[in-house]
Amino acid sequence: MNLTKNGNGNDGPGGLRAARDRLSLDPLRNAWSTAPGPVRWAVYLLLVIGGLLLPNQAIGEFMAPSGSDWPSMLSNQIAIYVLLALGLNVVVGMAGLLDLGYVAFYAVGGYTMAIFATKYGWSFWESLFLAIAFAGLSGLILGAPTLRLRGDYLAIVTLGFGEIVKRTANNSSYVNGPRGVQGIPHPPTLSEFEIFGVQPLKYGLLDSRPYYYLLLLFIIIAIIFVKRLERSRVGRAWASIREDEDAAELMGVPTFKFKLAAFAIGAAIGGSGGVVFASQQTSINPQNFEFLVSALILAGVVLGGSGNIPGVMLGAAVLAWLPERFRGLSDYRMLIFGAALVLMMIFRPEGLWPSRQRKAELAEGTGGMGSMGAEVAGPGQTVTAEEGK
Amino acid sequence: MLDDFINQFWPSTIDGLALGAIYALLALGYTMVYGVLRLINFAHADVFMVGTFAALWSVRTLGVSDVGGFALIGVVVLMAVVAGAVAGGGAMLLEVTAYRPLRKRGASRLAALISAIGASIFIQQLMGAVVVHRVFGTSKEGGKLDVNEHFKKLSDVVDVGPILIRNDQLLVFVGAVLMMVALDQFVNRTKLGRGIRSTAQDPETAVLMGVNIDRVVSTTFLVGGIMAGVAAALYFLRFESTNYFVGFLLGIKAFTAAVLGGIGNIRGALVGGFTLGLLEMYGSSLFGSQWRDVVAFSLLILVLMFRPTGILGESLQQARA
Repeated sequence: MNLTKNGNGNDGPGGLRAARDRLSLDPLRNAWSTAPGPVRWAVYLLLVIGGLLLPNQAIGEFMAPSGSDWPSMLSNQIAIYVLLALGLNVVVGMAGLLDLGYVAFYAVGGYTMAIFATKYGWSFWESLFLAIAFAGLSGLILGAPTLRLRGDYLAIVTLGFGEIVKRTANNSSYVNGPRGVQGIPHPPTLSEFEIFGVQPLKYGLLDSRPYYYLLLLFIIIAIIFVKRLERSRVGRAWASIREDEDAAELMGVPTFKFKLAAFAIGAAIGGSGGVVFASQQTSINPQNFEFLVSALILAGVVLGGSGNIPGVMLGAAVLAWLPERFRGLSDYRMLIFGAALVLMMIFRPEGLWPSRQRKAELAEGTGGMGSMGAEVAGPGQTVTAEEGK
Repeated sequence: MLDDFINQFWPSTIDGLALGAIYALLALGYTMVYGVLRLINFAHADVFMVGTFAALWSVRTLGVSDVGGFALIGVVVLMAVVAGAVAGGGAMLLEVTAYRPLRKRGASRLAALISAIGASIFIQQLMGAVVVHRVFGTSKEGGKLDVNEHFKKLSDVVDVGPILIRNDQLLVFVGAVLMMVALDQFVNRTKLGRGIRSTAQDPETAVLMGVNIDRVVSTTFLVGGIMAGVAAALYFLRFESTNYFVGFLLGIKAFTAAVLGGIGNIRGALVGGFTLGLLEMYGSSLFGSQWRDVVAFSLLILVLMFRPTGILGESLQQARA
């Protein structure tokens, strides 16, 4: 029951609603949905070229003026967060399962890479596939006993799982406990060829642009993969689970199986992020996998517009970039960051860039995530509701 | 391993009960807010943390040193009152600024959850970077503050057969149980308590029956905050120091306790808190203390596999899936 948002012709309180309408992306959406195929492909191509040009110094001067290295900020923070957010979006945005311990899969990927590369001498590419498999498997292992739980019970179980993984790594002498694993090799250099002053396939210590391109490749693959899934039977099953699990079950959707699939796919994407992180940093320790990382990725997904791929990417990029950009504020930067999260949620609770389907769902109900209990409008609001009808 | 467990059985039981009492008090705040709003209030842990600083401030301002015996009880009550007032007020302020606007706009629970995480980061940083530095004069990193100079270390022991109970453990336990009984009476006997229960059951009908929902939500946060404040004062008795991120792990554990008992269920929070405290202590005597948190969270997963709505189930309201 949502009394405030069905406001066609409702001016709403003050200029707030008008301001929100101006921010609406609907004209853009309409243009996009009627655009012919070649135009779309051209736009995709432009986006990829934009992604390739992103580490450019000219952009860096605006994005990271305080002297921090823009390409490494891009690869260490922004691209990793975007990739993780894409993975978490499968779980939270598409299947509607609240996962508060997503960092666990990131950690599984990172540690698999670390262990197999340092102890068994596996190469980056071999470890990558193994790590993705392990992360997916850990998703299955966590999901199998717990996915029968509903809503917030699942949330706390995943949170607990995240802590279990971190503390187990912290307590195991096999992975050097709190000191973590050092000396993880960079990916092998594939080619020395140089283009525009970059050697995009030479993975070294100094230049972080090759890692960014690697992550960009992962992101593009993830987008294609997830987008295809979303449009398939699997995606429709997830949407139905998200909206009403009981109804989906009654309609013959094997909900448990699809929830498990969402968990495993999300986990595998998270694991691939961990691999790149480990091989770029060359060392990882349990402190890299704090709960805060899970919380920030989730915040990125929700802030961007849970369920909408471009929105999720935007949200994650903004959240990864903000604290780095304002490093100059030192002690106050996280303070401002926390306040910004609260404010952004107050002004755009549906996210910066919600999907159209999701927006419609939100206008009707709450988009499958349920509403807060006491969200019934107070006495002052009933009038607006009448007008809104 | 098993020998350790047997030798340590009574000490870990007592320790576990004292720890569980603190978990239970904090879990009450989570469970009540969850019952009414269906929101995991991540910032509750930070309300607790603010409470610990308020308690510390009150003993520092009072300038007591080396108190023991009945004077200590007086000091603890004073700490609890100050911490309860500050934490309760803080929790209400939190609700008005961070959650009420979302509630009024019918935002999804996920948005509210992110708002809670944001508020949690904000409060932590506010205390760590601004308040602790200004009021207590320590830097953010060295911000561990303790109360050793104010309390006489409670070495007095109550001797019951094979069981040795330290004073501080006894005080924590008794204090927590008193607060829980008071809360139970409040929720079950008073008009506001009835409002809370009815809102938890069915907010729409509650509004139609004339319950002032804003007031109910405010009261819920106030009461949860007071419980957190009292927990903060008792926490000092037991652990003697605080810092600006003290709430984090404790908060997660307390929420775990609430879920373990059956979230939204006030008596469940109590059962869950003590269960978690005891199991954690037994677990650390069995496997070593570094595995304590792993034991706690593994048990949570195990319990939920067999009792998917916690030990006592959700009785404050019907499960609304």
